[in-house]
Amino acid sequence: MSDLRELYQDLIIDHSKRPRNFKVLETADRKLEGYNPLCGDKVTVFLELEDDRVKNVSFQGSGCAISTASASVMTESVKGKTLAEVEALFDVFHQMVTGKPPAAGNAPELGKLAVFSGVSEFPARVKCATLAWHTLHAALQGAGDPVSTE
Amino acid sequence: MKSATEMLAADDRQVRYRAFDVCSFREDFPILARQVHGKPLIYLDNAATSQKPQVVIDTIQRYYTEENANIHRGAYYLSEQATQAYEDARVKVQHFLHARSEREIIFTRGVTEAINLVAHCYGRKTLNAGDEIIISAMEHHSNIVPWQIICEEKGAILRVVPIDDAGEFLLDEFEKLLNPRTKLVAVTHVSNALGTITPVRQIIDMAHHRHIPVLIDGAQAVPHFKVDVQELDCEFYGFSGHKLYGPTGIGIFYGKAELLEAMPPYQGGGDMIRSVTFEKTLYAPIPSKFEAGTPHIEGGIGLGAAIDYLEGIGMEAINAYEQELLAYAMNAVGAIPGVRIFGTAREKAGVISFSLEGVHPHDIATILDQEGIAIRTGHHCAQPVMERFGVPAMARASLAFYNTKSEIDALVAGIHKVKEVFD
Repeated sequence: MSDLRELYQDLIIDHSKRPRNFKVLETADRKLEGYNPLCGDKVTVFLELEDDRVKNVSFQGSGCAISTASASVMTESVKGKTLAEVEALFDVFHQMVTGKPPAAGNAPELGKLAVFSGVSEFPARVKCATLAWHTLHAALQGAGDPVSTE
Repeated sequence: MKSATEMLAADDRQVRYRAFDVCSFREDFPILARQVHGKPLIYLDNAATSQKPQVVIDTIQRYYTEENANIHRGAYYLSEQATQAYEDARVKVQHFLHARSEREIIFTRGVTEAINLVAHCYGRKTLNAGDEIIISAMEHHSNIVPWQIICEEKGAILRVVPIDDAGEFLLDEFEKLLNPRTKLVAVTHVSNALGTITPVRQIIDMAHHRHIPVLIDGAQAVPHFKVDVQELDCEFYGFSGHKLYGPTGIGIFYGKAELLEAMPPYQGGGDMIRSVTFEKTLYAPIPSKFEAGTPHIEGGIGLGAAIDYLEGIGMEAINAYEQELLAYAMNAVGAIPGVRIFGTAREKAGVISFSLEGVHPHDIATILDQEGIAIRTGHHCAQPVMERFGVPAMARASLAFYNTKSEIDALVAGIHKVKEVFD
């Protein structure tokens, strides 16, 4: 049960049941779909940019607890950040959930995102945790095609 | 009134059912002795692939240790021995399906290739623009996509027989779809997502009444009960070896000889020819015509060993045991508050698909995995079934004759643990 509690921390259960920023963002100037064909998880990320900064972000979709909570915490974590800060945060998050040692230097603080550290012990669930992030990343790059984890 | 012989035979069956010694059968499967996350493995993903008995593993090992040679060509002892073993396996499959002749048994990679073969060879030859193919709403993607490909190429139309809320095949809707443009009916024998046993006899009768050939996808049927292709009278039948306790990469395509003989070959290459010149190539007779290239020799031989093993136990005994286990599991899982069961057809085999209120199937599987329990989650390669029931995914426990009631109890306890985590 210890490994399970490590994965399904209270904050993750809370965000999966009551996802934050779970709505269509009317003011969005970018919108992108992400899809995990293996488990059927879908996410749509809405993004409102102001100059070089994420002014507002929201998501919609259906997925497991890990993917829903990850998208929810992600929206909270990136709001107000510059694009460079978001990318740096994604790098650190990605390293954490894939179990790679953190890069040396002044990496950004993960804050709440650290609750997903348990994911690295569950290789089958890494894609659940990164689906929303990959979608956000592609939206920031200005990609028009839906993102697939496959 | 029954004869004394019949009654004695029935008594004998009863005794054998009662004597179904699942513990001794489990010992035949070495993987069932292993642990996962410190717990005994409880393998409930048999509809995806079954585990292999030691005799299948040994047969493959012996083939490579003692018999390996290419078949149908070498004029030396070893090649003759390998050829004999491979062709013996074909005869075993013939008897297993009760086909008229071993010429009607073609080795493929699996049922997926069998269906693609029919689409490619039979469909391409017989279909014209406006013709129709009928499938059901509970097909695996492997019995949908090959037809979509050939329909697109030929301008033909794919018609889909709906299912009801229990997952029953609707025969009256099927009747309405049959028409003079219908060129083929292709349906599953058992739904991999819902467990429904489809009314194949009626389906075949109704199609034959209009002289329409029928293909049956038997991937989820042959591991659970006796299939007799002559009794069914279907034109084509297919199954995969790895779901029948045999190796992966080997499957069976059965076709009536007269249809196979009229069909063009599937792939060109060695072994499928009688003679080759640059002017004209003559094809080999069936089944070789459909078996180009060096085949999956140890796969065929391993499948033969799996069939021998199953017939030693008896498909009737296996079916009786599994039906009892399925009823037990349906009741036990269905009784958990918050569980919704998908697929409650009157006749079912081997599958319990379910959801748990407020918990995504993927999370159910991860938590059960920590208990050593392997189930499948996702769309089960049957996205239209998910759509029919309005869910993105399902959790699925699927049974084999080596599963036990205590394993079902562990599954139920595991689902309660899932509820605890999400409470």
